[in-house]
Amino acid sequence: MHPAISVICFTLLSGAGYGLLGILCVDSAVGVGFELDSGRRNVLALLSLALITVGLLCSTFHLANPRNAWRAFFRFKTSWLSREGVFAVLVYPFALLWLVFAWSENPSLASGYTKLFAIITLFLAAATLFSTGMIYACLKTIRQWNTSLTPANYLLLGLMLGALILHAFGNAQGSGTLALGFIFVAAATKVIYFFWIGQPAGSTINSALGFTRATVRLLDVGHSAGTFLTDEFGFEMARAKLIWLRLLCIVCAFVLPILLLMLVGKDSTIAATFALMLAFIGVYVERWLFFAEARHVVNLYHGAQRT
Amino acid sequence: MKLGLVIDLDTCVGCHACAVACKQWNASGTSGPLTDYDPYGAEPSGVWFNRVRHYEVDEYPKNKTVNTPMSCMHCEDAACVTVCPTGASYKREEDGIVLIDQDKCMGCNYCAWACPYGARELDRESGTMKKCTLCVDRIYDENLPEAERQPACVLTCPSHARFFGDFDDPNSTVSEMVRERGGYAMMPEAGYQPTNKYLPPRQNVKTQTHAKDPQAETSEKPLAQIQRWIAQQLARQE
Repeated sequence: MHPAISVICFTLLSGAGYGLLGILCVDSAVGVGFELDSGRRNVLALLSLALITVGLLCSTFHLANPRNAWRAFFRFKTSWLSREGVFAVLVYPFALLWLVFAWSENPSLASGYTKLFAIITLFLAAATLFSTGMIYACLKTIRQWNTSLTPANYLLLGLMLGALILHAFGNAQGSGTLALGFIFVAAATKVIYFFWIGQPAGSTINSALGFTRATVRLLDVGHSAGTFLTDEFGFEMARAKLIWLRLLCIVCAFVLPILLLMLVGKDSTIAATFALMLAFIGVYVERWLFFAEARHVVNLYHGAQRT
Repeated sequence: MKLGLVIDLDTCVGCHACAVACKQWNASGTSGPLTDYDPYGAEPSGVWFNRVRHYEVDEYPKNKTVNTPMSCMHCEDAACVTVCPTGASYKREEDGIVLIDQDKCMGCNYCAWACPYGARELDRESGTMKKCTLCVDRIYDENLPEAERQPACVLTCPSHARFFGDFDDPNSTVSEMVRERGGYAMMPEAGYQPTNKYLPPRQNVKTQTHAKDPQAETSEKPLAQIQRWIAQQLARQE
């Protein structure tokens, strides 16, 4: 698949935003013991909403006809893309209500309303992240995406980036441990994913064309220049380069942040900031690879023997 | 009704006439224009509803060229419709044709991602997705003579490899052909139950060759000898 920068930026920034918002809401609803200064909490919550907004704006650049984008809220019953849009927009009013209530109260005496709106916001943020993952996971045409690991990755990487932002700017108790925990789980899931997509599976050129008892090879694709299909689905990169990018992704997103947080110390703000920056670079590469390594079955009709 | 196409891979000669006729008709039809990019340049490209690809099946000496025209399969379980967030993509109750409302499409490409057959193409100019309409603006047109109320690709096919009909009617030509010739769906494992079916190439009947019979040769007339020699040469060519 062609890695579209607009979609990568959207899932990266909004993912981090929803992750951060979700963690703040958990703290507000049940009290994880971050002992966050309420001013700082508000700033972080607004930062998460800003990240979400920038991400959502990025996503509209992916549309060829954004005039009709408002219609995307109406197929909630069948389309994950529609569901994502609805959840993404519903987050705003509830997050703002939560913030208003949390703002006006003494943080140690949070009222039922604060908790209620925190829980609703948390649910909607998680639902948005899950829907983003399901947009890709529900496609049977791309076997590298059609797995429950996809929504798991989107959720975990969003939470990981959120925890790292909280750790870098929040001055919260125990946020380093939380971030480390998320990094470990997200890393494990991502590594499992890389192994999983390496297994040969799915349709072949034979099943695609119905000639399952003989070899099939493409003689001529029927067009002399690229088409929408080759532009969108024909993206290919040398295997060696992909391996290097995987390594870069794992090192930047997981290994270096873990080393920084464990060796330099969980109290060092500089280490936390560097860990956050590296994680953003790593997850950017991860998102890019998520598209670059996905092989749509239409490539079989263009001569690929398998996906 | 379940309208769709049957394509005979045995008789298709891969001439692309169906693709061209499709483009010609639909460029001025309900989803037209089918924009061309750089049409007279070095790398001409554009929107097509029907694309013909050519494959070689099996190894020499049993190899065979198979030409496969592919357009929208008008799947019974059309994933492109399920995933569409705007409701622009829809499948008609009455005849099963999958269509796109050009006024509602926001050009997110999601339906093209969901389609395993590459049947949907984005028109960069209009910013909307476009696809085969099964010539919906033709097959119901009562101003046309009845014989012409068929998709443009079917009407134009010079090798008579394309057939249009109702798969819900067990006695329609298309249903009968599928039954008799073992018509099959492409990539059935995707699970979308495509309506369009393909008829596999027929098993080749070997050209008969005769063992040398010296007696027969001498008694043959010269003209018959030449005919036999030509038949032999032709058989060798295969």
